[in-house]
Amino acid sequence: MTTHAIDVRDLRKSYGKKVVLDGVDLTVEAGTVTALLGPNGAGKTTTVHILSTLVRPDAGTAFVNGRDVVRDPAGVRAAIGLTGQFSAVDKLITGEENLLLMARLRHLGAKAAKARVVELLEQFDLVEAARKPLATYSGGMQRRLDLAMPLIAAPSVLFLDEPTTGLDPRSRHTMWDIVRGLVADGTSVLLTTQYLDEADELAGRIAVLDGGRIVADGTPDELKRRVPGGHIRLRFTDAATLDTAATLLTGSTRDESDALALTVPNEGGVADLRAVLDRLATARLEVDDLTITTPDLDDVFFALTGKTEKETQS
Amino acid sequence: MTTVTTTTTSHVVADAITMLRRNLLHVVRYPGLSMFTILGPVVILLLVVFVFGGTLGAGLPGVDPAGGREAYLAYVIPGILLITIAGTASGAAITVAMDMTEGITARFRTMAISRASVLAGHVLGNTIQAIVAVALVLGVGLLVGFRPTATPLEWLELAGFIVLISFAVSWIGVAMGMQSKTVETASNLPLILSLLPMLGSGFVPTASMPQWLQWFAQYQPFTPFIETARGLLLGTPLGWNPLLAASWAVVIAIGGYAWSMAIYERKSVR
Repeated sequence: MTTHAIDVRDLRKSYGKKVVLDGVDLTVEAGTVTALLGPNGAGKTTTVHILSTLVRPDAGTAFVNGRDVVRDPAGVRAAIGLTGQFSAVDKLITGEENLLLMARLRHLGAKAAKARVVELLEQFDLVEAARKPLATYSGGMQRRLDLAMPLIAAPSVLFLDEPTTGLDPRSRHTMWDIVRGLVADGTSVLLTTQYLDEADELAGRIAVLDGGRIVADGTPDELKRRVPGGHIRLRFTDAATLDTAATLLTGSTRDESDALALTVPNEGGVADLRAVLDRLATARLEVDDLTITTPDLDDVFFALTGKTEKETQS
Repeated sequence: MTTVTTTTTSHVVADAITMLRRNLLHVVRYPGLSMFTILGPVVILLLVVFVFGGTLGAGLPGVDPAGGREAYLAYVIPGILLITIAGTASGAAITVAMDMTEGITARFRTMAISRASVLAGHVLGNTIQAIVAVALVLGVGLLVGFRPTATPLEWLELAGFIVLISFAVSWIGVAMGMQSKTVETASNLPLILSLLPMLGSGFVPTASMPQWLQWFAQYQPFTPFIETARGLLLGTPLGWNPLLAASWAVVIAIGGYAWSMAIYERKSVR
């Protein structure tokens, strides 16, 4: 038993000889968003499918909301909602009928069901299309309906497998707001995404999955700090100052494109920055311009996945 | 754990009704598929009666060649009704296969809905469609001159058999839809069922067939189905046929149920 929303230990799954999950450990605290980041084929969807009781793991344990996904799938199902990568709506009926179907299957009373459906249609900007058949919906509208479907009964744990793929920027922001609202109300979310800005925007924690293992796990800032590439770029008014500064600051390199610029590695901390500025001030060196570059999640993604398999497996 | 299990059990019926409503809503919105299951048998009926009926009827034992067509109409109606039921299996298979490819079934599986409810919705929906189709095809038969001799009690018994056989065939249709990897396969696989009334006593007496085929015709389920319908409609000897028909229907329903349930778990994930 556990108090975590999701608690996964040494999860393994193979399809034939292909190992998809090779010992995944993952916890999601209740009421938080954790993003599962990884390249195609890393095992993100398989993880979500195991946690949402669609696939049985070969080995390891997985608890969702304190329930074992293998021993008590019914208990898990009562607490979760899933929006998968592929559309899971009934295309032969209208949007409103789809939501009412979900409401009936969640055994909401007729009155509560209607009220909730109206609420969701408004929230997801589907009021006008509510009574039209899904065949007339645009891709984005269908996706929004897909996202509204599991929310009919406020799940405690929500799985979103690449939820905003194919959405326009406005719909993506709407979706993000909705997820934030759900989390504020106490829902725990496990999100898989290819969009790093989405993970940065929504997730309190990010787990990077690669080759069936979690290769990194932490807050977005922690992950960014783990990746080299953060630096301070200083620009001076004349070459003499530049030369002095270059000998003063260890590890600095001259900028190839700008004769008056110097690049100093920076691990991202304010203390490092202060140390650099203090040294320059002590030597009375005038700085013309200063920019700080921190690695974004793209750098993290490229650094942690793919090439660095050997280092990260230790 | 126990509370969860009991709530789930008590919801099985409610969920099955929800799924049935969904299924019937599909029929109302897209009646094309259902129309086809009625149109097909009607075309066969008109064809065999008005084109082949004169000759075929004259060949029936103990029939005056002059009244061949009328005699054949009476003879073939039970077979046509069973072809109608067999044909609805295609509808069930296509609907199920479409659901499986649409991903909605995966969504149902992540919800606390029993597998039986999801499948029962399809089966009950298809059973209702099959009953309506049989009634309409029988209506066309009456229009073109079919005159059954059934008493009210026999009509009631016939209705019971139609329901039972439709229910059994629907389970097979659902299982075939589950089994099929594509919607195309799902629409073709159940055609085997539509052949069975022809390979039984539906269109000609089994005694007129070659020995090896006779053996198959006598022991396959559609022959007792047809003979029961014929006996109830026209007063031909029933013998053991009602018992055989009921037993076959139960066996087929259980087989289709087991088959569908076995595939449901592993097939509904993309």
